[in-house]
Amino acid sequence: MVINLFSWVKRLFKKKKAKIGIYGPPNAGKTTLANRIVRDWSGDAMGPVSHIPHETRRARRREDVIIEANGTTVMLDIIDTPGLATKIDFHGFMACGMEEEEAKRRAKEATEGVIEAVKWLEDLDGVILVMDATEDPFTQVNVTVIGNMEARNLPLVIAANKIDMQKASPARIRGAFPQHPTVPISALEGINTDQLYKEIAKRFG
Amino acid sequence: MSQNKNNSQTNIQLDFISESKLAQMAPMEKIRMVLDEVRSGKIIVLERGLAPDEEAKLIEMTMTEITPDEFSGIEIESYPTEQNTSFLRKILGKTTTKTRLTVIGPADHLKTIKKDRDMITAIVTK
Ligand SMILES: Nc1nc2c(ncn2[C@@H]2O[C@H](COP(=O)(O)OP(=O)(O)OP(=O)(O)O)[C@@H](O)[C@H]2O)c(=O)[nH]1
Ligand SMILES: [Mg+2]
Repeated sequence: MVINLFSWVKRLFKKKKAKIGIYGPPNAGKTTLANRIVRDWSGDAMGPVSHIPHETRRARRREDVIIEANGTTVMLDIIDTPGLATKIDFHGFMACGMEEEEAKRRAKEATEGVIEAVKWLEDLDGVILVMDATEDPFTQVNVTVIGNMEARNLPLVIAANKIDMQKASPARIRGAFPQHPTVPISALEGINTDQLYKEIAKRFG
Repeated sequence: MSQNKNNSQTNIQLDFISESKLAQMAPMEKIRMVLDEVRSGKIIVLERGLAPDEEAKLIEMTMTEITPDEFSGIEIESYPTEQNTSFLRKILGKTTTKTRLTVIGPADHLKTIKKDRDMITAIVTK
């Protein structure tokens, strides 16, 4: 009986365990959100955050994060990915105050990070696409991530981040991609994250 | 990918590639062609764009070719995909993604000003 119950519980989780990638352009707040999710549900942190783009240059995975919302329990592997871009110019990092050598090294690492993020796309069960709601949502990065998930019929939740800022317009994001659920949040201040967890439980469960 | 100096000093070449030509090419051929053309300074317009996995591959290949002071990447713009969700497809649980017109150019010569669901405004600079 005990064994049966154990395997039942295991099966329950196994069915619901999903690998979820946190994607988006550089600086959208992916790591800030990953840190919040992981802190809210397993009391830990994920990685460093910075106002300089391409702070995350290696994908990081946190396994077995259990989220409960709406009476649904989902077990997730959360993968915080490096910001996706189609161009990386080291001069941009010099403008942020870096020396040429350091800027070039960061640019090189950033290109490798993008490749890693793209490769992870093939190995996921779902994506949280983080967008900076103060910026134009019609970017190639967003179109490509959404296109790849749609082509494989995988669930996607859009986090319209930084709604604590005056300029933020989650409505613009919703209008751009009306076929996917969009949750306005502030990953930094923790605004509306409960709504995001409900959507996560619903879509990835 | 030798740069055509004479040409690139005064003019920028635009190539418009039809859907039927793209349909005859293998994914890697398309990506190679796009990157070669863009690296030689051209701007290309693809009638029906690339499939989402080809776009991902293009981003990946672009990253491997970025070199300081020589090639900083591409600017690529397309409209959001459209989903074909007819009644029958819905019943069968099948949707097909329709890719749309796509413009690709060297990041230092093509800048997108504004993008909408159905309109792209870009400028080409020398
Ligand atoms: N105002 C505001 N700032 C935010 C929010 N979320 C993140 N930020 C800030 O945005 C900047 C980038 O945050 P990150 O979490 O490092 O962004 P990222 O998407 O992981 O960036 P990369 O790893 O470089 O791709 C940092 O300065 C954060 O403090 C938010 O909800 N509101
Ligand atoms: Mg990050």
